[in-house]
Amino acid sequence: MRRYFKYLKEYKWRCIFGTLSKWFEAVLELLVPLVMARIIDVGVANEDTAYVLWGGAVMLAMGAVGFLCALYCQRSASIASQGFGTNVRNALFSHINTLSYRELDKIGSASLVTRTVNDVNQMQSGVAMIIRLVVRAPFIAAGSVILCLLIDWQIGLVVTAAAVIVALVLWMIMRRTVPYYSKNQKKLDRLSQIAGENLEGARVVRAFRSRNKERARFDAAAEDMLDNSLRIGKISAFLNPLTYAIVNFSVALILLWSGFKVNTGVLTNGEIIAVINYMMQILNAMIVISNLVSLFTKAHASMNRVSEVFDLQSSIDEGGNAQCDFSAPAVEMADVCFSYAEKGQNTLRNINLKIPAGATVGIIGGTGSGKSTLINLLPRLYDAGSGSVKVFGHDVREYPVRELRFLFGVVPQNASLFSGTVRSNLFWGNDKATDEQYEEALRVACAYDFVKEKGGLDQAVTEGGRNFSGGQRQRLTIARAVVAHPRILILDDSCSALDFATDAKVRANIAALKDVTTIIVSQRVSSIRGADIIFAMEDGAIAGCGTHEQLYADCSLYREICDSQARAAE
Amino acid sequence: MKQTKSLKRNIAGRLLRYVRPYKAYVLGAFVFSILYVGFVLLGPVLYGRAIDHMIGEGAVEFAQVYRMVAGFAACVLLAALSQKLLGNCVNSLCYKLVRDLRREAFFAVTEARVKYVDSHAQGDVMARIVNDVDIISDGLLQGASQLFTGVMTILATLVVMFVINYVIALVVVILTPLSLFVAAFITKRTFKSFSKQVKVQGELAAHAKEMIGGQKAVILFNEEKYSCEKFEKIDRELYEIGWRAQYYSALTNPSTRFVNAIIYAVVGVLGAIFCILSVRSGGQLVLGALTLSGFTVGMLSVFLSYANQYTKPFNEVSNVITQMQNAFASAERVFEVIDEPAEERGGNKHIEKVRGDIRIENARFSYEPGQKLIENFNLDVKAGSKIAIVGPTGCGKTTLINLLMRFYDLNEGNIFVDGVNIRDIPLDEYRGMFGMVLQESFLAGETVAWNIAYGKGNATREQIEAAAKAAYCDFFIRNMPDGYDTVLSSNINVSQGERQLLCIARVMLADPPMLILDEATSNIDTMTELRIQKAFKKIMQGRTSFIVAHRLSTILDADVILVMNHGSIIEQGTHAELMEKKGFYYNLYNSQFAKSE
Repeated sequence: MRRYFKYLKEYKWRCIFGTLSKWFEAVLELLVPLVMARIIDVGVANEDTAYVLWGGAVMLAMGAVGFLCALYCQRSASIASQGFGTNVRNALFSHINTLSYRELDKIGSASLVTRTVNDVNQMQSGVAMIIRLVVRAPFIAAGSVILCLLIDWQIGLVVTAAAVIVALVLWMIMRRTVPYYSKNQKKLDRLSQIAGENLEGARVVRAFRSRNKERARFDAAAEDMLDNSLRIGKISAFLNPLTYAIVNFSVALILLWSGFKVNTGVLTNGEIIAVINYMMQILNAMIVISNLVSLFTKAHASMNRVSEVFDLQSSIDEGGNAQCDFSAPAVEMADVCFSYAEKGQNTLRNINLKIPAGATVGIIGGTGSGKSTLINLLPRLYDAGSGSVKVFGHDVREYPVRELRFLFGVVPQNASLFSGTVRSNLFWGNDKATDEQYEEALRVACAYDFVKEKGGLDQAVTEGGRNFSGGQRQRLTIARAVVAHPRILILDDSCSALDFATDAKVRANIAALKDVTTIIVSQRVSSIRGADIIFAMEDGAIAGCGTHEQLYADCSLYREICDSQARAAE
Repeated sequence: MKQTKSLKRNIAGRLLRYVRPYKAYVLGAFVFSILYVGFVLLGPVLYGRAIDHMIGEGAVEFAQVYRMVAGFAACVLLAALSQKLLGNCVNSLCYKLVRDLRREAFFAVTEARVKYVDSHAQGDVMARIVNDVDIISDGLLQGASQLFTGVMTILATLVVMFVINYVIALVVVILTPLSLFVAAFITKRTFKSFSKQVKVQGELAAHAKEMIGGQKAVILFNEEKYSCEKFEKIDRELYEIGWRAQYYSALTNPSTRFVNAIIYAVVGVLGAIFCILSVRSGGQLVLGALTLSGFTVGMLSVFLSYANQYTKPFNEVSNVITQMQNAFASAERVFEVIDEPAEERGGNKHIEKVRGDIRIENARFSYEPGQKLIENFNLDVKAGSKIAIVGPTGCGKTTLINLLMRFYDLNEGNIFVDGVNIRDIPLDEYRGMFGMVLQESFLAGETVAWNIAYGKGNATREQIEAAAKAAYCDFFIRNMPDGYDTVLSSNINVSQGERQLLCIARVMLADPPMLILDEATSNIDTMTELRIQKAFKKIMQGRTSFIVAHRLSTILDADVILVMNHGSIIEQGTHAELMEKKGFYYNLYNSQFAKSE
């Protein structure tokens, strides 16, 4: 928890004064019943109107001062907690941006988003509640008990006992309902799942005439949820009546006892009224505390989830200071092994390959054969487990990592565009290029025509680029990579949504680029058959390399792939 | 304005119809909340009396005190009891209503036309079924019960106060608008800044989602700094709006306490003075021309205890009103789903034994009126033949599937199966004649066996396994953690190709007379691909089959090839005929297929 103090540091005084002012408000509030008791016992008993009026004025003043204190506190708490949340969020987000692929894989992007947004919010409201209520509620509860003890210690003991019992009841009800609440969430997820499947699989449900089957499924889930909700309802419906009854039975007991005390002259009417008032205060404070407990449990769980992210350290270091030697081969790998899990099976086994600068290289293989993993090692998205990966004459770890990545233009498998405009997406590749250069890149990627048709470089791109078709997105990501003028261009199965003719055209345009080494990863023979060298991969190893003709003659895997696809071309 | 009002009444009326089966709970809620309010308010009156009987040293009338305290205790017991029963009634009513609404909405979705599903965002429809229903229950039912109790409390408090001493009661009534005013002010400010906050928060979440989701691209392009800067910018904006929103909403409690404090002080002072005046004039309260019954310390204690919680219901009422507004909006959204028209169920002609002749006559269809898609399309298919549908990506091959499966109906023209117009056949019976394997292989989050038996509910385990074997699924199913009983979820690794094989097994088990198949384009490894081809071949034997074809072998095997472009069928015939024609197909064939060898 200590690590988060620094995010609150600039709000230190706000926290302290906010808490203090809230405490002062509580003090004033506790004193009100005492003033009222004096009004009754002194003012009314002595028929002293002036005393009564003075007492009223004091109560009003106390109320006003208390109100001002509370305003100050709420304001401080809002600023401090929101500021805290902002600081943590920023720190968390920029920390996430230092992480490498390995850490991102570990937590998963969906979970990282919820942690950045929801969990930090939860922590933020935790901070707000600490400032606003943590001092106030227990102080009111304890203060009320103490004042009752001071008024009359025996009656004070009854009050204490009542307070303890109320606390116990609250605790027990909370403990019993918590497991049902988490069950409820699961049951709700199940309902969403079934509803989602019926939307996504609307055609299948209809084709198989399974309407009634699906309804029965949903009904069962809804019924299950109802059962659970009713159970929660039954238990939590005890909360208010029980606490109300405990407090008021104690009031009844106190009244009986005070009868004797008034009779012997040790207690006054005003004091009885004050004690009853304190009882109500205690009840309210206790309920606030029980809400606080559940809030803090949530905030604490959120904090742990956020800390988990802060604890991750990037597995990729900053690298050395090497300079490229462009006369050396573009890529050389020697005995490279790699595994995603620490002790898992190797995804890449003993890879040896050499790619001369300026060549066009194809990598082919089935899903899971290790193609994408292999190319991920080049811009150091992952580091190899053993063996050496060299780019332009030096081990990739010897380059400054950012400089290294600038050498590459990667077109990833899932064409990911970002919301903005076509131009802002191309910015990612190169933010200094002119419009002509952008247009040129679009032409290379066969994207110029549809971009122009849609509205040019300033055409809006929605989240994930969903306003473009799959093939158009792929071509835009190709343009984004090309405009960066990379030394090594990597196309990771990035033409799968293009028809054969466009695919061929894009490849021809890329081949015409100067000083570029191109690596094409594909499952289609047609995409790579023209390459200078082809590597056929299977189960994380290279099964053969050479030109199309050589491989077709020598490598059984390659022949099998070709034949399965050529079946379409007898 | 008038229109929205009548709409609201309409919605309220419909909601009431859902409440009707649970009349007993509603009645219970009414009765118990009245009892609850009554007993809660009666309590202080009784203990006030008790205090009045403790006159002073040596002057306590114990018999009276006992009676009053006993009465008070009884009140407390009854109040607690009715509160618990009230809670039970409201909970049962809410949760049952939630179930009913969800069920109706879900039923509507299972019955809705495919067009509805296609044209509405999934997340939105799901939110209506799941979240909006909860909002209705929170806002309308919990809200209604709170509102009722709140208003009852306010009214009953006023009545009791007026009975005891109407002068103080009048003063309280005059001070009441103060608390209403404060509540209204805060609600308005809070609402405004909250809606702003929701917007910025949404922006922040969207940015985080997009950037973290695309983090790998961020790293590749060295764009970490840009991404962080943008995030911080939005976050700063959120801070400015957020703390204000928080502040306004945090004002409620202190303001209530302040208003309470004022009322408490005024009541206290007035009450104390009235006590003094009553004592002075010997048990009667004379205020100028007014003469009232005497005011006592016990009565003052009643007033003080009321004054302490007097403003609480006012706050609740103003909260409830915003909640109810949200609930109405949600109810409208839920009813939109429920009101979605169902598919036409077809006529009542039956075909005893389906052969599989299909004739399409003068078909015209488009998704949007005014748009031209399929025009004057005719096709005659003999039972058992294979029809390949080819064309470039996005040419509308799925439209044909939509029409054949009656996911959409023709605008003009007719489709006949074995000479019977398909509109005359009961919809479900008609769809049962087709087996469908789509590219996006949809499987439910249930066990593998459940999914394979999806089209045949009474299938035995032997039949399921036989179908799986026939579709080459058996070996990989056996490798799953629980074999056939493995529940499919994101944790279970089933590749795209394997999914398609499971879908083929599902169709094999259902054993329909006609088929619609959609060949997958990419991302399937070689071995699985071969298995799918073999499975397709096996299943097509003797069945009229429509295949969306991406593979040349499929096309060459076909009895008829339909060539589609821009959503319409532009050529049809056998491979030889179409090549002869040297039209669109000829070019397509040369660019798409011939080159790969």
